[in-house]
Amino acid sequence: MAEGTSLALPRNDVPEGASLKRFARRRSTIAFLMTVPLMAVIGGLVIWPAAYAIWLSTLNRRMTQFIGLGNFEILLDSETFRMVIFQSIFFAVTAVILKALIGFWLAHMLHHLPTKGQRKWRGMLLVPWVIPPALSTLGWWWMFEPSYSSINWILAIFAVPAVPWLGDPWWARISVIIVNVWYGAPFFMIMYLAALKSVPEQLYEAAAIDGATSWQRLRYVTLPMMRNIISITVLFSLIVTFANYDIVRVLTNGGPRDLTHVFASYAFQVGVLAGNIPRGAAVSLFMFPLLAVIAFFVLRGVNRRSREEM
Amino acid sequence: MSATTSNRALPGIYHKAGSLRSERRWALWTAYISLIIAAIVMLAPPVYMFMTSIKTSAEIADLSGTPWWVRNPTLDNYRALITNPMFMGFMWNSVKVTVLVVALSMFISVLAAFALARMRFWGSQWLATGVFLTYLVPDTLLFIPLYQIVGGLGLLNSTWGLVLVYPTLTVPFCTWIMIGYFASIPKELDEAALIDGANWTQMLTKIFIPVALPGIIAATIFAFTVSWAAFVYPTAFITTPSEMPLTIGVVSQLIRGDTFAWGQLMAGALLAALPPVIVYVFLMDYYIAGLTAGATKG
Repeated sequence: MAEGTSLALPRNDVPEGASLKRFARRRSTIAFLMTVPLMAVIGGLVIWPAAYAIWLSTLNRRMTQFIGLGNFEILLDSETFRMVIFQSIFFAVTAVILKALIGFWLAHMLHHLPTKGQRKWRGMLLVPWVIPPALSTLGWWWMFEPSYSSINWILAIFAVPAVPWLGDPWWARISVIIVNVWYGAPFFMIMYLAALKSVPEQLYEAAAIDGATSWQRLRYVTLPMMRNIISITVLFSLIVTFANYDIVRVLTNGGPRDLTHVFASYAFQVGVLAGNIPRGAAVSLFMFPLLAVIAFFVLRGVNRRSREEM
Repeated sequence: MSATTSNRALPGIYHKAGSLRSERRWALWTAYISLIIAAIVMLAPPVYMFMTSIKTSAEIADLSGTPWWVRNPTLDNYRALITNPMFMGFMWNSVKVTVLVVALSMFISVLAAFALARMRFWGSQWLATGVFLTYLVPDTLLFIPLYQIVGGLGLLNSTWGLVLVYPTLTVPFCTWIMIGYFASIPKELDEAALIDGANWTQMLTKIFIPVALPGIIAATIFAFTVSWAAFVYPTAFITTPSEMPLTIGVVSQLIRGDTFAWGQLMAGALLAALPPVIVYVFLMDYYIAGLTAGATKG
């Protein structure tokens, strides 16, 4: 870079050192100006609202009085909210584990196919990820509909009694997880497939010559090579799933008896629908510590990965 | 591995080679069987939605046959939606918001990514990390304070409020992947341009944007799909049907009372999902490139 600039500049009569310095100064000014819109978005629409949320959560319902941690105390005392915490964690952890396992399995299966055929299959399997989740969940809602359920119709062929998908709390929880897994597993599949393709073929050849079984190849070659991308994907998905709103809103809307609410849908119910904005802000802030911890690990993983690639 | 052990293992290799082939054939069969099952499960909901959308209400209510097949296909549901001014209003709102948000976020993120990838300045490293961290902040954490802020600006129940807040969903990720794409452009190119006396604007428009075009397409697709599918913000900010975009419009307005017009609801959901699906079908490789770029720097 320095060579290029010194070659370009001698036309000017200014002494070289000064012009270079001025150039550098000008360059950083331009660069700064170019990032101003970005900083406005981050500052004005992310950092400022986040700080504002913390302030809001310390107010009383009418937002006239400072009540400290009162909202958090009330929430933790309520049976419903403790159920929300349980359901959020249960939902996120179960769904992410299932998505990761199914995605890993499908990526492996795709990787076995000849390269030509992979495209077609990949294209088909990624469809759930492409449809906006609020809309595809409508389809699932219709499939779960008690009297017309097309899933129960299939189950009836195998003489399985009708399942009360959205009527019973545990079935409703399972339904929400099913829809989330259906929507998210293709994403894992694509990520793992990309990672699998980046594992050098020679490693497998070497392992095969050493007489490794397919399980050993998976355990000692594939998994160590993919460790980083697996952890990034899992952590990232944990954030998104934990903060999920669309599926719960459309499928159960928190019911039956507020037992399937997650943080996001409960915050919406309390903050926007019931009009208690400070308490709604407090509900969504409960997500923050966990997200911060996960984000820290994601960032570490991404940095490590980009160092490896350099 | 020493030479002696590999020599001794030679017969073993030949034996293995035979079993390797049968192992591979077996693996291929497992692969096809699992993929067929997966494809059926993955495609069942959209297919069923389509089946329902071309049924008459009478056929939907009729429980005698299989619900997975249609006997008297009809396009009435689609016709009803296309002639419904409310539904077309949702469509128009979605198009308006999405086009504005995509243009705005690409402008912001290409400029910022160029600056962050190529021109160092005080705090640029921190800003790049900050961009990634903002990408990890979910919309459900911010919608309540944003509800207050947008309300304070008088933009509740207005598509402009959506145009204002959607960039929080799109800009961080677009900037992040553009930084990756720009950083992968060889430095020799900018040096050559500088020697030829190009200024920064020319460098961006004549070199970086054309060379990183795949990245720009991937980022644009991402911004498009995200703003088209956005659900939390419109649900929170918009309650007047005339200002609703498609996602919340279909979910809240096509469901009326206790008797659901299932056929029309499914037709509406499919029509609303069509634009991202079309983009995906034609630009699958860019779509996937954008998807996988998130975990790495480019």
